[in-house]
Amino acid sequence: MALSGLEIYKLLPASSKDPAEKAHGNCKECGYPTCLAFAMKLAAKQAELAACKYISEASKAKLSAAAQPPIRLITLAADGRSSKAGNEIVLFRHEKTFYNPAGIFVRVADTLPADEIRSQAQAVADYKVDYVGLALRLDGVAVEVASGDPAQFAAAVAAASAAQIPLILMAEDPAVMAEGLAQAGGVTPLLCAVAHTFADSLSALTQLRRLALKKNFRPLGYPAIAFPYLGGGGADMEMILAGQQIAKYAGFVVLSRFEPAEVYPLLVLRANLFTDPQKPIQVEPGVYPINKPTADAPVLVTTNFSITYFAVANEMESSGLPAWLLVADAEGMSVLTAWAAGKFDAEKIAKTVKGTSIADQVAHRKVVIPGHVAVLMGELEEELPDWQIKVGPREAVDLPRFLKTAW
Amino acid sequence: MPVTVEVPVEKWAGTVRPVVLGATAAEGGTRSHSLTLGGQATLPFLGFEAKAPHPPRVAVEVWNRNPGEDWPEPLTSAWGAVLDDPAAWTQAAEATGADLIALRFATVDETGAPMTGGKARQVFKAVLKATGLPLIVFGPGQAELDNEILVAVAEEGAGERLLLGSCEDKNYRTIVAAALANGHFVTARTPMDVNLSKQLTILIHDMGMPLERIVTDPTTGALGYGIEYGYSVMERLRLAALQGDTMTQQPMLVTPGEEAWRTKEARAAEGVPAAWGDWATRALNWETMTAAALVESAADIVVLRHPETVRRIKHMIAELQQA
Repeated sequence: MALSGLEIYKLLPASSKDPAEKAHGNCKECGYPTCLAFAMKLAAKQAELAACKYISEASKAKLSAAAQPPIRLITLAADGRSSKAGNEIVLFRHEKTFYNPAGIFVRVADTLPADEIRSQAQAVADYKVDYVGLALRLDGVAVEVASGDPAQFAAAVAAASAAQIPLILMAEDPAVMAEGLAQAGGVTPLLCAVAHTFADSLSALTQLRRLALKKNFRPLGYPAIAFPYLGGGGADMEMILAGQQIAKYAGFVVLSRFEPAEVYPLLVLRANLFTDPQKPIQVEPGVYPINKPTADAPVLVTTNFSITYFAVANEMESSGLPAWLLVADAEGMSVLTAWAAGKFDAEKIAKTVKGTSIADQVAHRKVVIPGHVAVLMGELEEELPDWQIKVGPREAVDLPRFLKTAW
Repeated sequence: MPVTVEVPVEKWAGTVRPVVLGATAAEGGTRSHSLTLGGQATLPFLGFEAKAPHPPRVAVEVWNRNPGEDWPEPLTSAWGAVLDDPAAWTQAAEATGADLIALRFATVDETGAPMTGGKARQVFKAVLKATGLPLIVFGPGQAELDNEILVAVAEEGAGERLLLGSCEDKNYRTIVAAALANGHFVTARTPMDVNLSKQLTILIHDMGMPLERIVTDPTTGALGYGIEYGYSVMERLRLAALQGDTMTQQPMLVTPGEEAWRTKEARAAEGVPAAWGDWATRALNWETMTAAALVESAADIVVLRHPETVRRIKHMIAELQQA
């Protein structure tokens, strides 16, 4: 936990009870006029403690301990891929943000044939799903010793490591673990398995996070690993528990199986919750076809704020009406906010129409702008002389009715 | 050397306001039992701080007409023929383990003709008779029709302690007046914003509605469609409630079923990446994951659509209540 400037000041020579050290108080040798000024710079992380030559060893130890993150960063690395957990500083994402998305791993037992392990690990390594322009991926494989046989475990680890993704090795017997580690080479072993059921997991992981952040309790200041399939609720509860553990507060989550229909929602949940609340998810600007549109389908313009895009895309998807959704780069702002900030004006809309392939996609020359920016109509007609500008509804929910009657 | 760890325990000034839905015969209604929401003195399911007196509740949607094309196939096939009969649907919903029935009126009836207050009365009466569970009644979300339908239902169900929704800042007076006159409760729906939620609660309270009869609906996006906004708004509202801000202490209702089944992930059978997995499984998981995340972020009622989601979420809540 970071110390305030005043707390740091109490550890510097000017505050010392030792006369010899106190004699150097406010010596200016660090480049700042007083110890207090230096303390303020230290607190703001704009100065290095090493600039003070006279600080006591005891104070130095306290200061450098305080500079460490309350939850250590752990990186599981393989050739070219890595999974990080830790460095978290809040209990609730709205307080700042969650930094390192919980690593999602898939378990493979060493009792499977080596070929099967190799192909499962490869499937996990290759899994990739696009979500608003982000490529969501799994993090790695957890090889579990189910055989109890060091040689078999070693062979399984060797098979899994061919996929070149981060590995977690799960073995209780140190001798078995040693065999596995020898095959993995340079894998960081992981810590504490915690309580497994829904209730115990939530309590334990919440307590760990609080101890680390609020009490600066170092011995537990590490990411935790969770095994949702041990929750005891049966196969279809595993995904739900994994979701809970991603939200609250696991560093790594190991799934018992690789099932795309479960992995995809978990990856999206993780992407959503680990989004920086101050930097909303933006949709890639461009042309989005909805419900297999033809050259006659309407063209609808909106901004690239994810919620705005989803509101429009969802209404259109569920209406079954085909359309071309033209998403302008409004720096991730909603229609009204972007308009007020000058990021969604006639020029920007015209640029989007001209800069994308939309003119080639449709046979007509009509474009619908959101009702909230009806004032742009005149200006836009000048910017896009070949196009007829139509003013749509203010809210996405009214789009289907608008298109049925006014298109 | 053993290390003693003192578990940090939060002490909160406030609690969530208890709200009692549904009236039994002794209380002037016809419900087989009433249902209490709220009362929590800490964040969800932290049993080491305080036992939650009442678990989150699961409501199941029943429509006045067969949703037909409005619902994707994995959802309609889960219910089958009962979708044509609100009373039979209600009984099937109760059989899934629902705590409440959420009767939702569409803009049209089963023939495609516009809904009216008179028709709504008939459907409501049939549903009321079909179950002893407390009821939520949602209008179609168009101000005029909401008012017509909800006023009719409020009169028809006088004394039942129905939860009527949704009050929104542009249309709440008529619904609140009808609820006040007939002993009902209201949901206050605002678009994912802490202050707007608080403000609408104050406006409704200013009309004379006791706070013990208001449930807020802070709204949510589905998983992948803005759930992080709803999630954080609910966490912030609950933290404010626990910190003692009295106008944020209402129990919260959210509609993950409605949101999740609108998404492409739930609706698209073909033309989607193989990485999305099997349609029916993925669609179901989308509702489950959306609902589960909202239960974690302090929902008191989740309104669901698929019977299997109901089972899973009930199971999850039962597990979490053991803390």
